[in-house]
Order: sequence, then structure tokens, then C-alpha cells
Amino acid sequence: MKCSEFLHELTDYLDGVIDSPTKAELEEHLAWCHNCYVVCDTTKKTIEIYRDSQLYELPENLRTRLRSAIVQKCQSRKKAGPEGTTQ
Amino acid sequence: MGAIQPKVGEPISDEMALVQAAKAGDVEAFEELIRRYDRNVFRIAQHITQNREDAEDVVQDAFFKAYSNLAQFQGQSKFYTWLVRIAVNEALMKLRRRRPERTVSLDEEVKTEDDSVPREVADWSPNPEQQYNQAELREILDKTIHGLPATFRTVFVLRDVEGLSTEETAEALELSIPAVKSRLLRARLQLRERLNKYFQRREKSNGSQQKPSSGDVNQ
Repeated sequence: MKCSEFLHELTDYLDGVIDSPTKAELEEHLAWCHNCYVVCDTTKKTIEIYRDSQLYELPENLRTRLRSAIVQKCQSRKKAGPEGTTQ
Repeated sequence: MGAIQPKVGEPISDEMALVQAAKAGDVEAFEELIRRYDRNVFRIAQHITQNREDAEDVVQDAFFKAYSNLAQFQGQSKFYTWLVRIAVNEALMKLRRRRPERTVSLDEEVKTEDDSVPREVADWSPNPEQQYNQAELREILDKTIHGLPATFRTVFVLRDVEGLSTEETAEALELSIPAVKSRLLRARLQLRERLNKYFQRREKSNGSQQKPSSGDVNQ
């Protein structure tokens, strides 16, 4: 397996949605190709860092304010009559 | 090397009951749906628009639009996937208004011939995020993901941050599954490449960075 072929399969490999024979081939490649091992490992870390980052958390006070505003609009629409609720 | 473990999502067993109640006009049931997904919608909106005020507007507009169009939701997909689709469209509209000089479309072909091919191949420290404090780390991640084209950013956020499946992402973005996979691979590799300069392991002896042995990866 070439490195370019490994890269092509990287997303499915990281997502664990790959058939066993291909997985075995990829892991055989990883066993001797240090560069692909590093790319695979650091890509996995990239995903995990973003997933765990709590980037753009919605602050609780803003959350409450937004929710009240939405609920108010929904209630006004409901009061507008039957046409208003069914588009 | 193991596969990425997906985040565990909210239980959805009672969700259809809430949707049905909301359809019948029960605003409190809809409020419960807002509570479940407002954080996700805000995160997605902020990632796409890259602007806090726009993200707040998107949260309000997307939920109100969802409420107003509940009659059209047939339950063939999850409510969340349907909501994400509305939110993504609202966020893209904001982005287009803010940057009218650049049309933003998710199905445009983005030319990144060489962008995704790893150039820097260096080991990272075992716990790279611990090299920085929380605020510094957020700034790095924010700056790094902002540099990606909107289409890659959106696919990455839905798949890897919000934990939607490839199929759900394709449905929410109205893209084919191969298109989602190809954008996801490019997004992941580009982010990895951009994070390299912050996280790669530094040699203690002379302070220089570990040099990649170029050429091997791009055969």
C-alpha cells in the first residue's frame, strides 16, 4: 500500500467504518511507515482537541435570553390563528 | 490505533412526542426542544458565521423557522438533523450578507489540490492541549478553524464536533456522501497541518523543531 492510498482511507479508518481486510492492510502500512503513523495520530488528536474544546459555549444568561425571545415569538405566532401554525 | 469514539447524544426516544405536541401548538414542548439543541445550534452558527451577533440571530431565526414549519417535518429524519439543516441555511445566508463579494455555497468545488497533502510531519507532544492554558488554546483553535473554507468548516463541525453521522451530515447539508467524506478528509488534514506549528514536539537539546523526513507521505 502506498502512502497516498493510506491517506485516501484515513477518514474511514479513524471513524472505524472500514472492512477488516482493508483495516489489516492499513495497520500493516502503519507498522512500518512512521510518517503515516504520525499523520494518523496527529489527525486523530486534532479531532479530539476540537471535540473536547468547548469552543463557542453558549453562556447561560445569553441562553436564557435567546430562549425567552424565541418562545415569545412562537406564542405570538400561535395567537395569530390556525393559518399561523401550519404555514 | 483506535477509531475516534463518538460523543454520546441526548436520548431521542421521547422526541417525536415533543415534536407532535409542538405541532399541535404546545409551545412548552417546543421550549424543551430548544433546551436540547440551542447549544449545538449556537456552536454551528458561530462556526459558520464566525461572528457572535450573527450566531445569536441564527439561533433565534432557526428555531422560529423550525416552529413555523413544523407541519412540514414528516419525521423521516431526526428532528435534530432537520433543525441543523435550517440552521446551516440561516447561517450561510448571514455569511453571504456579510461577505457579498464572495458567494458562499456548500456544494462549490473548493480547489485545494495541495492543501490537504501533509507537508509537515512531526510528532506532537503526548498531551498537546496541555501546553497552553484554556484561553490560549481556544484562541489557537478558533484562529485555526477560521482559516478553513466555509464548506470544510461546516462539514468538520457537524461530523467531528457535533457528532452527526456521515449520512446525517449529507442530509443536513444536502450533499452526497462521497462529497461529505472528501470534504471531511480535507478539513481534518488541513486543520492538522495548521495546528502543527503549535503542537509539534520540540527538541529540548537545541530548541529546534523535529524535521519531517519529506517525500514519504505523498507518493
